Amino acid sequence: MTLSASQSHTEPLLDLRKISMRFGAKPDLAARISIALGIAKRPPVVHALDEVDLSIKRGEVLGLVGESGCGKSTLGRIAAGILNPSSGEVYWKGRDRLKLSGKALHDADLSAQMIFQNSMAALNPRMNIETLVAEAPAIHGLIKGNRGEYVDDYLRKAGFDPTMKRRLPHQFSGGQRARVNIARALAVQPDFLVCDESVAALDVSIQAQILNLFMDLREQLNLTYLFVSHDLGVVKHISDRVAIMYLGRVVEEAPVKEVYSRPNHPYTQSLLAEVPRIKPGKRRFEALKGELPSPLNPPPGCHFHPRCPHAHERCRIEAPLRKEIAPGHFSACHLNDRSVT
Amino acid sequence: MTPLLEVRDLVTEFPGEDGKPLRAVNEVSFQINRGEVLGLVGESGSGKSVTGFSILGLIDEPGRIASGQVLFNGDDLTRADAKTRRNLRGRRIAMVFQDPMMTLNPVLRIGVQLMETLHAHEKISRHEARARARDALGMVGIPSPEERLDAYPHEFSGGMRQRVAIAIALLHRPDLIIADEPTTALDVTIQAQIISEFQKLTELQGTAVIWITHDLAIVSSLADRIAVMYGGRIVETGDVFSVLETPSHPYTRGLIRSVPSENNQGGRLAQIPGVTPSLTNMPEGCAFRTRCERASEACRQQPAISGTELRYYRCFHPYEKANA
Repeated sequence: MTLSASQSHTEPLLDLRKISMRFGAKPDLAARISIALGIAKRPPVVHALDEVDLSIKRGEVLGLVGESGCGKSTLGRIAAGILNPSSGEVYWKGRDRLKLSGKALHDADLSAQMIFQNSMAALNPRMNIETLVAEAPAIHGLIKGNRGEYVDDYLRKAGFDPTMKRRLPHQFSGGQRARVNIARALAVQPDFLVCDESVAALDVSIQAQILNLFMDLREQLNLTYLFVSHDLGVVKHISDRVAIMYLGRVVEEAPVKEVYSRPNHPYTQSLLAEVPRIKPGKRRFEALKGELPSPLNPPPGCHFHPRCPHAHERCRIEAPLRKEIAPGHFSACHLNDRSVT
Repeated sequence: MTPLLEVRDLVTEFPGEDGKPLRAVNEVSFQINRGEVLGLVGESGSGKSVTGFSILGLIDEPGRIASGQVLFNGDDLTRADAKTRRNLRGRRIAMVFQDPMMTLNPVLRIGVQLMETLHAHEKISRHEARARARDALGMVGIPSPEERLDAYPHEFSGGMRQRVAIAIALLHRPDLIIADEPTTALDVTIQAQIISEFQKLTELQGTAVIWITHDLAIVSSLADRIAVMYGGRIVETGDVFSVLETPSHPYTRGLIRSVPSENNQGGRLAQIPGVTPSLTNMPEGCAFRTRCERASEACRQQPAISGTELRYYRCFHPYEKANA
């Protein structure tokens, strides 16, 4: 936290501006003609992201929270450079990443790495641990000395016993495979890690080990994290700032203490009412009504209005803009205009 | 008063590769009264699900219940014949599983599956069955239940499917529901919805619930009593307050402290070193000793139960109440 505060004057490591992402089949010529003639319907388009602004400062941990289908993984992939957005701008260390080419693009790609949720699916089952970790740095010419030592070094950093590096991924537990994935991501010497639900599939005691590892690595290697998760407890623990997404939009963004003590957006408020805490004693679970609407056909105006207890006429028509309601605390809700007037 | 369900020294075994039986559930004893909620907590491989299956008699060959008793209203289910058990399952004891896509038949309409359950135990007309099925869907909060009876499982979202599974479990107003991680696959807001419906209905009907989960936070706000499993054994049990506020067993304590909480935000979590041992190389004696900071030579023996039937732990070096 002290790190991010002292460097807050510098330019952001990654700056995403008005990012939109749509998934859907592109109609070919015949299909376009039949659509124009009214014979065929337009193919469905998933509006995964809708003009999202997000910036990540060097050295900070940004938690990205939302329910499944809200677009948080898509945003994570764009941040990691795996996907290119349908529209919008991505600034990596102050330069437009979509316009980079050659060595500059190569470096940008290498310095942003991603750690996925399913550790088994992310590792080739036929390659042993050493090959898996050594592959990328060898291709990119990062290994100057002995290959084995290079791999051992990164496996040790991730808390994995290097004597077991000749074994195959299926011979390890989920927690060990998570460590291999972390070692592999670190082996190309990145500045920025996108962790997409990286601890979601792990048992509580193993999850604590991996979270501690993430925090140790951040201090040792001066890493920046985008931590994508649905687990509000985990995000609260590890993040400096938190961004909350709902159906393709970031509805609130603030430092972690601010968001958990003074949530502004009605969605954040209801989400935080469900933060898991160990507190004996029966309580009523007061649930938000309804479910996440389909991103195929998002509701007009504020995406949250069909489930919002405070929705009024304006919410149904006009999408609220992101506003700074306190220093560093952004929220997109029409109610904020009301309280001012 | 006899408890609704009493499990005594239950042992469930599966044959290992070398023919040596592996004990997935080892000398497990607990009881549950009418209307009570018991949280059965443990990490993967701790034997919590197999315990649930054993109660219902759902252990498939070559696995078997090697010894122990499952007393339901005083009758031993492990000795009951197939017909008696079949008559109880779904009617007096129901189960809700983690993945409703696996429990619901993908090629049958929801209505048919609900009515099938009714017809299995009651002689009622199709018309009446359909009406009850519709009411059951309405009860668990599914909008326009009449139309939804004709929908297929894939037309529902994950949360809605779990509601259907709960509706089926509640159809016969059972005395006991075994819920095996029913909200694990769901988003937080949907999870809260499901738990809230579940709580309302079970309280209304006076149903006892065994809530199997790895999530201590859910159990803490849902259960009356809690049983913590590790390596096939219940290592600690008691009422929620006493177990979570003054845990005696080092594993319970470690588990509670490894959950991210309000206090040490940004700091390091207290972690339990090592990994959960697999059934094939379970340590002799106390299964937790290889990861335990308090372990000593004595732990090579299996610690006996200390305490009463309702509040006990298995440990030679328990934490005292004062410094827990």
